[in-house]
Amino acid sequence: MKVLYSLFVLLMIVGVADAQSKISGNIKDKKGKPVPSASITLKDTYDGATSDSSGNFSFTSTEKGTFVLVTTAVGYKPGEQSIQLSGTTDIKLNIILKEEVSELKAVVITAGSFEAGDKKRVTVLNSIDVATTAGADADVTAALKTLPGAQQVGESEGLFVRGGTASETKTFIDGTLVNNFFYSSVPGIAQRGRFSPFLFKGTVFSTGGYSALYGQALSSALILESIDLPEQSSSDFGISVLSLNAGHQHLAKNKKSSWGISYSYANLWLAFKAIKQRQDYSKIPEYHEGDANFRIKTSETGIIKYYGYFSSNRLGIRTASIDSAGFKDAFDIRNFNMYHNLSYRENLGNGWKLNTGISYSNNKDHITGGMLDMQNKEAVIPELQYKNFQLESPGNYFNGKLVIDKRIVGLSVLRFGGEYNYSNEKSYFTLPNGQKFSSSIIEHLKSAFAETDIYITNDLAAKFGGRLENSSLLNKTNIAPRISLAYKTGKHSQASVAYGIFYQNPEKRYLPTPYALTFSKATHYIVQYQKVTGKTTFRVEVFYKKYNDLIKTNQINPNQQVAINNKGYGDAKGIELFWRDKKSIKNVDYWISYSYLDTKRDYTNFPYAIQPNFAAKHTASLVAKKFVMKWKTGFNMSYTYASGRPYYHIAYDGSNYKFTDRGKTMDYHNVSFSLNYLPNLMKKDSKVFTVLVLSVNNIFGINQIYGYNYSYDGVRKMPVLPPSKTFVFIGAFISLGIDRTEDAINNNL
Amino acid sequence: MKKSILMFAATILSISAMAQSDKYVKAMEANLAKFDTVKTTAGYIELSNAFQRIGDAEKTQWLPYYYAALSLSTIGWTDNGVDKDANAAKIKALCAKAEAINDNAEICAVSYMASTQQMLVDPQTRWSTYGTEANAAMQKGLQLDPNNPRLHYLQASGVYNTPEQFGGGKDKAKPMLEKTLELLKAEQVKPLYPHWGKEQVEAMLATYK
Repeated sequence: MKVLYSLFVLLMIVGVADAQSKISGNIKDKKGKPVPSASITLKDTYDGATSDSSGNFSFTSTEKGTFVLVTTAVGYKPGEQSIQLSGTTDIKLNIILKEEVSELKAVVITAGSFEAGDKKRVTVLNSIDVATTAGADADVTAALKTLPGAQQVGESEGLFVRGGTASETKTFIDGTLVNNFFYSSVPGIAQRGRFSPFLFKGTVFSTGGYSALYGQALSSALILESIDLPEQSSSDFGISVLSLNAGHQHLAKNKKSSWGISYSYANLWLAFKAIKQRQDYSKIPEYHEGDANFRIKTSETGIIKYYGYFSSNRLGIRTASIDSAGFKDAFDIRNFNMYHNLSYRENLGNGWKLNTGISYSNNKDHITGGMLDMQNKEAVIPELQYKNFQLESPGNYFNGKLVIDKRIVGLSVLRFGGEYNYSNEKSYFTLPNGQKFSSSIIEHLKSAFAETDIYITNDLAAKFGGRLENSSLLNKTNIAPRISLAYKTGKHSQASVAYGIFYQNPEKRYLPTPYALTFSKATHYIVQYQKVTGKTTFRVEVFYKKYNDLIKTNQINPNQQVAINNKGYGDAKGIELFWRDKKSIKNVDYWISYSYLDTKRDYTNFPYAIQPNFAAKHTASLVAKKFVMKWKTGFNMSYTYASGRPYYHIAYDGSNYKFTDRGKTMDYHNVSFSLNYLPNLMKKDSKVFTVLVLSVNNIFGINQIYGYNYSYDGVRKMPVLPPSKTFVFIGAFISLGIDRTEDAINNNL
Repeated sequence: MKKSILMFAATILSISAMAQSDKYVKAMEANLAKFDTVKTTAGYIELSNAFQRIGDAEKTQWLPYYYAALSLSTIGWTDNGVDKDANAAKIKALCAKAEAINDNAEICAVSYMASTQQMLVDPQTRWSTYGTEANAAMQKGLQLDPNNPRLHYLQASGVYNTPEQFGGGKDKAKPMLEKTLELLKAEQVKPLYPHWGKEQVEAMLATYK
């Protein structure tokens, strides 16, 4: 028995020693590039190896028989093959792995757009960045002006992108168009956007070549995505030199739904008391605002979101009149605005996705313009009669959009849907003699669109799209093709190109008109290169934009121009650079933007094509932020520069429009500074989270001139200046709730 | 004779069973020994793959998957050139395999590290997602085993590396480290089971002197 047992053991050892096969080989991808760190396994055994940096591997096995050899590597589809192990012969293998098209590795089409948000890729600016950009004062568009492509226009609101007017940029929230994104215009004073940056989790700022999902914008689309459920219930209060606000967000126990309300009151009396304003205010700006929201998770992937907003505000200004010495121009505006947005998104399964939303807004401006004498008594000067008026302009807007996504193969997607935009804008104009004019512009714009994202490989993607629009107002239809391509040139770098045609209705301010008009048209050509590593972003973009069918106008009076035809044209070309770096200087995050713009256009009453007054040749920004942990304080600064912009006066000589005066403003420089102090930051068991903010705009009081205003006869001119040289803001914002930052940082540093 | 044939059969069976588990233990021991010698990222990936092969072949052992995940989490700390998201995705997949076999606190410690490594890529924007995820792993682990020394070590080192202003600091971490050391000393070391942490804690405690 013992002998037998020994013999058995002996046999086993001999067997082991004898039957050893060597398996070796090389792993490559389809392009012949070696695949390192791939795992090679003889299925159901311990035997295997890992490929080296040249894709080579080698191992031995004592197994015998038929086995499956499995090869796996990140980013590749697993390979399997059957091998025969005899225990004597060596096996040599050449394995070729197929690339797996995956979202993490695949190229992203980025030409023309800056994406910002919590998504892993291409994060440029998030809501914290907006709030901590010095000089932006937590205004989304002000922060976007520190990116290349947008102009530093200070005398009026909006984003002037690549030689386009502010009206050529459209804003979308959760897919649907937002009318009246900014507060109503006030002459010479740029207004803020109505919405807080903290409402949004994602921002795409496209400076051209954007998707067929969006239309009616010749230059740019600002696409905002609102946040889903809040992370916790919280109440917050704020007090500043400008305003008081309070709000509450409630998250249901099951974390499936939430609701929130907030209210704020702003009055600029105190601020204007402390900081001398250039304008004399007959009515200090005052704002009442409220909003409400609810969000319901309908399933693992579905969510319904509602956001509602109302605002009622008023202000009145008096400025020395340039038209008539010894008189003042008066301007008084009352505005009421409400906005409702309801959206729903859901994965329908089987690769189908639904995104839909509706929005409604109502805006009412009541403007009184007039001339006052030195005693602030109303005065009517015969040839300047048009300056005394009352204008009431109510507008109603409805937008609906439906987008359906179907995943075809891998990451490739087909997307299609439709959009409907309704607007009804009325205006009632009253002259001092009691004469009344009224007009009504109703538009039904119907659009259909389709696009497809095709991933040819991980490294090459294409987007083909088209958009069809029909305008009831113009009684015209257009078709706009859009194409973009992106190619990954390295691990972190990629090159993209984009081409597209964009149409837009004539601006409502030049309407109504008895003449038949058509859409204005812009054609974009964009080439981009970008390199994004974890902490740095470099981007360079070259573009050419051609304008056709721009609106030409007749000037009825200095306040009003009316569209006559679509014979305007123009172009814009330039190069833009962006560099953001979070690593080179310890605890400092900074970015630099530079834009070169060469643009000319002939539109409205221009005698011929010129560089318009909203376009500077050179624009640059430097934004830097540093958080000093020890003091719990963030220090932020920004410097913006723009070369001088043209100004001009155009007069009608009875047969032609002519320039009677032209010039160029001095260069624009602005240095702003802000700091935020967070006293309760990470304090254990603190239920109160406070932020104290101090910000100073134009800290060195540098003279800034935005342009010039002319008297009605073009004889005198007056610089358009900021409302105050320097502006200081002080505020405290308190949040009651559970401050999760402490857990997160304590546990994770 | 009949009896002896039966005996013989039984012996053969037990020998092959022993040989099987012996093979597992030997392979595990061989690879565990490499933990001390491997220095490079490629080396840790190779080690992780070797553990994964054992796990895939054994099917009922959670330890191979645990060590496969642990070797990758080492890279997450030491190599800044590695894609933290891709690495963490692999770690989490391995943790999920281990968990399916035996859900325990040791695995929570590894998935805590993976989420933390992802959070650290950009703490300001990522803490709300990956920070919460890491925290959830920690809480789950402490529920499964309130005295797990690895979890206590990770908690203590979190506090140790957090500035005082944020409720952390070396002073605050000291009693936590001391407690961790006690737990480590009291720990009954089972063969093949994780027992790392002592060296790290001792090195940190040495900085107080």
